Amino acid sequence: MKDGDAAPAVDVRGLCMRYGAQDVLNGVDLRVERGEILALLGPNGAGKTTTIEILEGFRRRTEGHVRVLGVDPETGGERWRARLGIVLQYWRDHRRWRVRELLDHIGRYYRAYGTPDRPRPYPADELLARVGLTGQASKVVGDLSGGQRRRLDVAIGLVGNPELLFLDEPTVGFDPEARHDFHQLVRDISAKNDTSIVLTTHDLAEAETLAHTIAILIDGRIAARGTPRELSARYSESVNVSYRRRGDDHRVAVPEYAAVDYVRRLLDGDPGISELEVRRSSFEEAYLSMVRSLGSARRVLDDAVRPR
Amino acid sequence: MTTTGSIVRIGLHRGLIELRHGLSLTFNYVFFPTLAVLVMYALRGFSLAGTDYSLGAYAIPGIIAMNVLFTGLMGIASALMVEREDGTLMRARATPHGTVGYFVGKIVSQAALTCVTFAVVLTVAIALFDDFTSDPIGGFVTLCWVLPLGIVAMLPIGVILGVVVRHPRQLSFVSLLLMGMTAVSGIFYPLALQAPYLQVTGQLFPLYWLGLGMRSAMLPAELAATEIGGSWRPVETAAVLGLWAAAATALALLALRRMSHRAAGSRPRAAGHGRAAR
Repeated sequence: MKDGDAAPAVDVRGLCMRYGAQDVLNGVDLRVERGEILALLGPNGAGKTTTIEILEGFRRRTEGHVRVLGVDPETGGERWRARLGIVLQYWRDHRRWRVRELLDHIGRYYRAYGTPDRPRPYPADELLARVGLTGQASKVVGDLSGGQRRRLDVAIGLVGNPELLFLDEPTVGFDPEARHDFHQLVRDISAKNDTSIVLTTHDLAEAETLAHTIAILIDGRIAARGTPRELSARYSESVNVSYRRRGDDHRVAVPEYAAVDYVRRLLDGDPGISELEVRRSSFEEAYLSMVRSLGSARRVLDDAVRPR
Repeated sequence: MTTTGSIVRIGLHRGLIELRHGLSLTFNYVFFPTLAVLVMYALRGFSLAGTDYSLGAYAIPGIIAMNVLFTGLMGIASALMVEREDGTLMRARATPHGTVGYFVGKIVSQAALTCVTFAVVLTVAIALFDDFTSDPIGGFVTLCWVLPLGIVAMLPIGVILGVVVRHPRQLSFVSLLLMGMTAVSGIFYPLALQAPYLQVTGQLFPLYWLGLGMRSAMLPAELAATEIGGSWRPVETAAVLGLWAAAATALALLALRRMSHRAAGSRPRAAGHGRAAR
């Protein structure tokens, strides 16, 4: 039996979540196809973690239609749970266990759920090699570095060979190299294991490099949804033009509709122009301008301008 | 489908691994009871009222019973509190049948650890005192049912405390309550020689009966005269401990069910976690 195999990985319509008088989620619509990587992007407090916890079956929603792998998370049993991989935001558990010992133990819970086209669990040694922890296999978990610990968390999330993997702010506290390696790993998982991935992040660059689709969650609503390129095009208002004229560097921001005319007149008017560069503003600029226009600027700035 | 048997097997696997980790902490568990045994050794010159039996030797079975309270009950309660905070329970919830495996493992490891510390303290006591029972085989047989029954009566109470008590800070209050229970349970001095209201109170708690059972296993038969009713009362011991075991297990299961329904209540808080690495 393949329960809900044809269903999208995630199908959410009109999801609301209220704590007392406070609306945390206010009609979220979200759809993730099989094999897709979706980044749920948004400032702190926007409801990212609440959304993901509802999808994981850890939190009861106030109202709305939610299906994960074709099943309502509130009634999803252990068989449904065995099809999910979950990487929590926190990583302090099992500190006295050894790396391979822990991975092997958690894998045992998935043994009963293997199918011919999706064997479970994923062999522990192979998985350790994939996340680059072979050398740490007999190390005590509490002695791992932050990056190693996070890779172990991902390995634990993958040990059940999941159809859908949740990554909740997976790279907080990473240095640039660890972040790069981690992104490589996530792409690799998505490509080779036929695993859909939902990740939350407030790192714009991360969403831009990893995701097929970005959904921006602001004030409990999906404010925008699209590929990184679409979003960038939709929300950027200006184009940056830079050039060199008689030894001086110039840089001008031009409204998008006027950009082509501006460049034509510039070149026609002066043959001495060199090193011309015309660049649409970056996704980060687009994101900030969008969030500002949606009225949450202060909170977002606190968050996004934080040095990475 | 996963069968109950296979989940229990996974839980056992977990319990054995945790036992191995726990064994490295045995010293912490045996330190205080061993200290108490040594204090009793220093007090061996005093004798129990109305007898010429050493007051020190009299208290040893009770100290060993207390060990079940502190290693077993407190051990499991504090482990649950710590592991709810550090995300271990959340990890279990994210795994199919993980919560059941977690609790089977926790009970197995804590029960085994209790037996190990019990054996250590008993060995020290036997090495120091030579006036225990003249029937060691009969005593051993008694231990073989009293100790497991005592563990089964105490561990679920630890599970309940671990689920109900929300903050590690409140654990010291729990310790105080347990100290109070120890005080009215006739561990160091016969309950029969204390005020009637203390006798009634003490007999309500499982620790008194566990201590009584231990004394019946370890002390010479004639000391039964110092107990309430002048007897070891083995039938009553089995009945009361059995009742506590059944009631506490039922309550613990109820508490666990409530915990798993309290959506995301066991999610660890952000402060002090990986986010601090920012």
